[in-house]
Amino acid sequence: MATSGDMGGAFEGELGELRALVAEMGGLAEAAIDGAIAALTRRDLEGAARVVEEDRRLDALEAEVEARVVRLIALRAPVDDNLREVLAALKMAGVLERIGDYAKNIAKRVPLLSDARGIGPLSVLPAMARATAEMVRAALDAYAARDAAAAEQVTAQDRVVDDFYNSLFRALLTYMMENPHNISASTHLLFIAKNLERIGDHATNIAEMVFYAATGAPLGERVRGIDALVGA
Amino acid sequence: MARGLPRLFGPRRRDDGGPRDLLGPLMDAIPDPLLVVDGTAVHHANAAARALLGAHVAEQDIRLTLRHPAAAALLAGREDGPVELTGLGGAERQWRLHAATLDGSCRLLHLTDLSAQRAAERMRVDFVANASHELRTPLATLIGFIETLEEANRPADAAVRARFLKIMDGEARRMQRLIDDLMSLSRIEADRYATPRERVDLAQLVRVAVADLRAGPEGARVVLADLPPAAAVQGDAGQLAQVVHNVVGNALKYGRAGTPVTVMLEEEAGRLRLRVTDEGDGIAPEHLPRLTERFYRADPGRSRAVGGTGLGLAIVKHIVERHRGQLEIGSEVGRGTTVSVSFPALPVS
Repeated sequence: MATSGDMGGAFEGELGELRALVAEMGGLAEAAIDGAIAALTRRDLEGAARVVEEDRRLDALEAEVEARVVRLIALRAPVDDNLREVLAALKMAGVLERIGDYAKNIAKRVPLLSDARGIGPLSVLPAMARATAEMVRAALDAYAARDAAAAEQVTAQDRVVDDFYNSLFRALLTYMMENPHNISASTHLLFIAKNLERIGDHATNIAEMVFYAATGAPLGERVRGIDALVGA
Repeated sequence: MARGLPRLFGPRRRDDGGPRDLLGPLMDAIPDPLLVVDGTAVHHANAAARALLGAHVAEQDIRLTLRHPAAAALLAGREDGPVELTGLGGAERQWRLHAATLDGSCRLLHLTDLSAQRAAERMRVDFVANASHELRTPLATLIGFIETLEEANRPADAAVRARFLKIMDGEARRMQRLIDDLMSLSRIEADRYATPRERVDLAQLVRVAVADLRAGPEGARVVLADLPPAAAVQGDAGQLAQVVHNVVGNALKYGRAGTPVTVMLEEEAGRLRLRVTDEGDGIAPEHLPRLTERFYRADPGRSRAVGGTGLGLAIVKHIVERHRGQLEIGSEVGRGTTVSVSFPALPVS
């Protein structure tokens, strides 16, 4: 991104600020996933309430990113890789806001799960959450480094999360069939697992945008095609 | 961009724009990750910071890399910390971040790795939980049998009483062994940094320990190979005897009934190696690295059945470490296990 002169320097500064805002959203989203799952495993109602509260910051930041992107495009009319960077930032902000919503949804279920202590599959959720948070983290690290290869690796991790989801789905289904008393708690856990699985998908989306911003080419269907076949 | 920095880093060289004086190498020599920032722009990252956060960190906004919300106020310059962060260089790692103002908007960010400290805390918590659990199991059995015996005290119940008392005796002794092992483990740990100073004749010690073991149950299976004439090490005789007892005891417990347990002592390249081989079912490779953990059992049911405390090898490992020795466990499933312990030999006096 070699630009020169006053105009270019100012643009670089604004783009840097934009990237920093997206990263800040990423940090909040990562913390929201960690916080929601920690609240779930510790039955920490206050922690869960904090996650719900913190989500407002993500919403506010998304609005700010949007406003900055509009101004940047209107005033600077960026082209080529600069334009790609700006568009990727806009799309990533939307995706990160969605990730925050999923984490918030998990946190909101914590008070409803106070009687879920004995449910075996509950112990698998933290591992699944770790794998998911790791994907988000890796995708944002790839964004910070503008590293297309690292972004491509993130998409491969999605399979791990999908496998977790499938195994949890089966385990919870068995659990519900064994004892109808478990249905309400198990359903909440199933939704939590589904939320995590969606977060994994969104991390893949981020990785694809990082790849696109860095290379100008969409991330090939090759990786995802094979994945989908294996996952099916 | 960096008004305060040229003075800090000396005049810049034209060719690579890097610092000319020793400040850069000095920062690289410090093992903790250090970053010099001006506002939020990274001006310089030392080698440890580049290794942790990636080489790209040096050219951009620090907020892209340190994304944790706890760091936001610190990076915005509103506070100096410390704050604790997770997720740098691996999901389980924990860091403490400090900021110090150098000059104007120019600040030094310092990351300290807390992972090892946190892991140690977790291990201690796990240990207490495990130990309590191990102590409670025999107690629960004892209480259960005592309650049953209260009802079965007619003369006709003599046979049942005898059987129950035998089980209770076994459980009580198991608990006693466990507490003995826990106490010897804590004694060994207490002086783990004090190198033992006695001169011990290892050949004589092995001979005595094996004679002891041969007098015990199943002891006839122990076979002692030829011992070297002089084999002195610097050590603690009581602890070294405990190593022989624990290792040979394990071999007797886990070797197949009726098969020999061979004890060898050999000298090689200035080291004395004690080798104990059994002919048993062996240990699957995935268990080998964890065998010396406290209360880790490759086969929990079997270990309890033969009266194991789950601490034997942990004690051996601690004693061997205190003696600057090495512990190796080799095993082949279906063939048997060889435990070898080696110590630096003392020259013949």
